[in-house]
Amino acid sequence: MNHTDGAFVDVLQFLIMGIQRGSIYAMVAMGFNMIYNATGIINFAQGEFVVLGGLMMVTLTMAYNLSIVFAFILTVLFLIIAGILMERLTINPVKQPTVLRLIIITIAVSIIIKGAAMVFWGKGSHYMRHFSGTESLDFYGARILPQTLWIFAILFFVVVAYILFFNYTMTGKCMRACAINRDAARLAGINDRKMVMLSFALSAGIGAIAGIIITPIIQMDYARGAMLGLKGFGAAVLGGLGNSMGAVVAGVLLGILEAMGAGYISSHYMDAIALVILLFVLFIRPSGIFGSSEAMRLKEF
Amino acid sequence: MKRILILVCLCAAMVFSASTIYANPEAYHVGCAFAVTGKASWLGEPERNTVEMIAKQINDNGGINGHPLVLHIEDTQGDNTRAVNAVKKLIKKDKVCAIIGTSRSGTSMAAIPVATQSEIPMISCASAAVITTPVEQRKWIFKVGPDDSDAARNIFEHMNAHDINKIGILTGTTGFGAAGREQLKEIAGEYGIEIIADETYNPTDTDMTAQLISIRKTGAQAVINWSIVPAQSIVSQNMQQLKLTIPLYQSHGFANIKYAEAAGDSAEGCIFPAGRIMAVDTLSDDHPQKAPLTEYKKAYESTYNEHVSTFGGHAYDALWILVNALKKVGDDPAKLRDELENTTFVGVGGIFEYSEKDHCGLDKDDFALLTVKDGKFVVLKD
Repeated sequence: MNHTDGAFVDVLQFLIMGIQRGSIYAMVAMGFNMIYNATGIINFAQGEFVVLGGLMMVTLTMAYNLSIVFAFILTVLFLIIAGILMERLTINPVKQPTVLRLIIITIAVSIIIKGAAMVFWGKGSHYMRHFSGTESLDFYGARILPQTLWIFAILFFVVVAYILFFNYTMTGKCMRACAINRDAARLAGINDRKMVMLSFALSAGIGAIAGIIITPIIQMDYARGAMLGLKGFGAAVLGGLGNSMGAVVAGVLLGILEAMGAGYISSHYMDAIALVILLFVLFIRPSGIFGSSEAMRLKEF
Repeated sequence: MKRILILVCLCAAMVFSASTIYANPEAYHVGCAFAVTGKASWLGEPERNTVEMIAKQINDNGGINGHPLVLHIEDTQGDNTRAVNAVKKLIKKDKVCAIIGTSRSGTSMAAIPVATQSEIPMISCASAAVITTPVEQRKWIFKVGPDDSDAARNIFEHMNAHDINKIGILTGTTGFGAAGREQLKEIAGEYGIEIIADETYNPTDTDMTAQLISIRKTGAQAVINWSIVPAQSIVSQNMQQLKLTIPLYQSHGFANIKYAEAAGDSAEGCIFPAGRIMAVDTLSDDHPQKAPLTEYKKAYESTYNEHVSTFGGHAYDALWILVNALKKVGDDPAKLRDELENTTFVGVGGIFEYSEKDHCGLDKDDFALLTVKDGKFVVLKD
């Protein structure tokens, strides 16, 4: 036994791991919300954006030896383009865009992306080096990886950028207007189709960031999208669909619950614990912790 | 007139298709059922590659006593239902004289009744002990994968030699992990080893810190990580992160150099039992397996330009054992079965000695304890 033992240290360690997990769920959930707000649909290809981001980053840094910063920017740009392409090729051309139809389309896209990723990157797991070494740091007795600090910092940065964009730029305000009432926004002269495209671009970009920062820790393979998407979706629902700040809190909360559940109840039922809590919340507050039930009733889905 | 024309076409088609089937009237038809795609493709793909490579080599050299070898390869996708259907198709439609496969323990168990009822010998490439035991009920079933229990025994012997008697185990929740967990718990007592922590993780898990902390709390002297999925390489990384410095033992499921690469320097020094194929370069020259191992590794890596694996090695052993039997007794399934039972074969997985009582043929000495040194698998010296 070493000096790091003790109940407090364990709690702290679980907390760190929980926030790390949760940060990724939070980012996936933000991506879900952006598209949900613009179109009223759930984009089931959101998890695939994360996978593509991770795999692309692996290729650029490990095979082409690009610097992390340059590869980061390139990957995010690539995914933004992929998001725009997805919207232009599959969502935009639909003549009668009912919610159900669009959701089915996103499922199809997710399957296509998954298949393409399998063909291109193979079935194996891919790993990449950490941004700044694997030597873990001491934090009141708990161990924390530099990569985990990167994840916290980048989540913080993304949230700040998100708030600034949606509150202080014209484009951001236009997107919010579309989210509140699309017809009214169009009457006010906002090009709502363009906003939809932008929402896909941004949510693909956030997905890419999530994929890039988590890959050094969890490795990435073509089939990971579904699970990441599911957990992220859980976070989005828990936080109240459409409420991105709610999603961040809910995502981190979900991660912490998972880590605590694995640590103190049983690692066998880790996923189940998180999902059971999710169900309970939905029984008690169907609109999510931070969602408004009035707004919920006005939405189609 | 038109009707006659159609009739002629039909007849021509029949003759043509018949001629393709019977072009080699004396060909030996062997069925292979591997998980070529799907979740267990890392097993099935090297297995398929290996049998195709060997079949080509055999046919280029004039076949088996002049009979060409025809392989019928089916993809089970690692799925029990598909495996049963594949084996049925191989037996009923392709009329094979023997079956190699399947890749996974679960699918092998599912296919056993089909092969047994049809009285067609089947050589499984999976490793669960139940595939060939009890041997009275497994008359037609053989396997080339080593027993989990033998892998566990190797680990426990090493622990005994190093005064480790309180351990934590960490297993994946796949068939491989679950079977290993049972074996570890069953055998530990024989070696006076006490399992004081028993944790599991899902194949999709990305972080085993919680489980490792639970193990640390119990004061275990070593950890055994028993899994076959890529997630297992995260275990050593998490241990490094937590500064948990007790010895890490892995199962033979770790014997894939990609896992060691993914785990990076955190995997250095971990100990695991594996077939000698993984460390053939560090094997002494007088070892009887040195020649077949070197030959297979060279052939596979030059043909497919990827690392050789123990799993492809299983297919190598299975096919050569079958080909040797075909050479002796021809393709009558019953005679083949009897011949298989008398087989001794020095192969990739070890030295096989099948008998009436043993349809596995390997024992614990066919595992070597390996470790990771400078990112490579090497034979453990002490």
